[in-house]
Amino acid sequence: MSFDVADGEIFGLIGPNGAGKTTTMECVEGLRSPDRGTILVLGLDPFGDVYKLQNRIGVQLQEAQLQKRIKVWEAVHLWASLYRKKAADGDRLLEQLGLGDKRNAWFMTLSGGQKQRLFIALALINDPELVFLDELTTGLDPQARRAIWELIRGIRQRGKTVFLTTHLMEEAERLCDRVAIIEHGRIIDIDTPEGLIGRHCPEQTVVLATDDPLAEQRFRGIPRVETVIRQDGRFTIGGRGDDLVTNVIHCLSENRVRVTDFRTVLPTLEDVFLKLTGHSIRD
Amino acid sequence: MLRGLWNLTWLEIKIFVREPLGVFATIGIPVLVLVVMGRVIGSRPPAVLAANTLVRVGLPVFVCIMIAINAVLSLVTIISIYREGGILKWLRATPLRPQTILAAHVIVKLLLTAATLILMVLAGKRYYPVEVNVPVISFTIALLVTTVSILSIGFLIASLVPTARFAQPVGAFILYPMIALSGLFVPIASLPPMLQTAAQVMPLTYAVSLLEGIWRGDAWFAHAGDLLALAIVFVVCTALSAKMFRWE
Repeated sequence: MSFDVADGEIFGLIGPNGAGKTTTMECVEGLRSPDRGTILVLGLDPFGDVYKLQNRIGVQLQEAQLQKRIKVWEAVHLWASLYRKKAADGDRLLEQLGLGDKRNAWFMTLSGGQKQRLFIALALINDPELVFLDELTTGLDPQARRAIWELIRGIRQRGKTVFLTTHLMEEAERLCDRVAIIEHGRIIDIDTPEGLIGRHCPEQTVVLATDDPLAEQRFRGIPRVETVIRQDGRFTIGGRGDDLVTNVIHCLSENRVRVTDFRTVLPTLEDVFLKLTGHSIRD
Repeated sequence: MLRGLWNLTWLEIKIFVREPLGVFATIGIPVLVLVVMGRVIGSRPPAVLAANTLVRVGLPVFVCIMIAINAVLSLVTIISIYREGGILKWLRATPLRPQTILAAHVIVKLLLTAATLILMVLAGKRYYPVEVNVPVISFTIALLVTTVSILSIGFLIASLVPTARFAQPVGAFILYPMIALSGLFVPIASLPPMLQTAAQVMPLTYAVSLLEGIWRGDAWFAHAGDLLALAIVFVVCTALSAKMFRWE
């Protein structure tokens, strides 16, 4: 496995459970010694220089917990006291993460989303150059997940680098600047989400409904169209390249075809994953 | 290395106090046992010499041993919970050192042991059936030494037992029977030879001998052997558990 993470980007490690995401991340964080190979993080050897490195990175671990009866501000205060350099303003951090009114709440009383936001606060408390987030949104409802995504983009805006793992393809696609797909401890491919989709799944699909009797014939004549499937007045038109959707629209307006439904189905990272590994990430 | 130690220690004390039942079980029950048992046994005719010695020395020392063992078991439990909850691993990802985490918990337990002892002395002065004059400071030190030594046994158990859930029962299973042979209830000299040999390799035997002696007012050097034995237990167990302790 070999990869570089650039300064200031959100880099995602994606793959199914058990693919080796967390193991990789723990090696990079200095929590685990790799069997072989070399890792350099901010110019340091993570396992050998772990104490130096820990002052410059922020870490959130998968399924981490805190003491049940620790208060939010106490956790922030404790974390702040651990670092050599002056810590970020804990209270401001809590405000920014929407935890201002939970300052005095016990950890056990927080909701899943609030806990994750607290973990982000703790990972940011030493104003790190590099932040590690392991499966941060697993188990959260969609609303909380979106809120967390917004926060992570905010971290990037402050000029920090984010290294995250996720098994949610949607999350990787929306959040990451670059992703590495890994399976069985190997990187299968690495690129921007758009780049991966463009290279591995160039197919695009338009689904539309019409009662035009000549529709099928017309659709077959569209340039770059490869398949036209008809089912109860509903057509699924498949083809390659960015122009497919434009070409279909062009054909519709030129022939004044009356359409009652029109949708485009674009490939996602999930499709890329399926194609590269031969099975779905949830299997 | 000790960055965050006082912060963490203070925090753990606060967290402990937030669980009232735990506080009562740790501090309240030993004091209650001492006073109630003392009254029950002490109300017999004073001519029964055995009962008298038991009330004067045996019972207080027994309660102290219980405090020490409970401190150890609860510490083993806390470390297990922290390990299973990933708290230990997470703290390792910060500049906080594992030794600091352990040290904080040991300090908390020692402070609690000392606090319980003080309460016992206060309650004893007022409610205990017989007059007992004890060198409190020496005895406190002896109890702390004993606790640290038993603590190392606890760590060894926590390191060896594969699942954390079993650490406490296994610990209790190993530590409690030792009390029976420790000379608290039956003088070691009157045990069958085989059990005598067994008693001599058990760390608690030396703990009881030390505590009883100091309680009676013996000088420290009279118990150099006990101290040495407890020190050996501490060094051996600590070394072994340092090698085998799992942080996750």
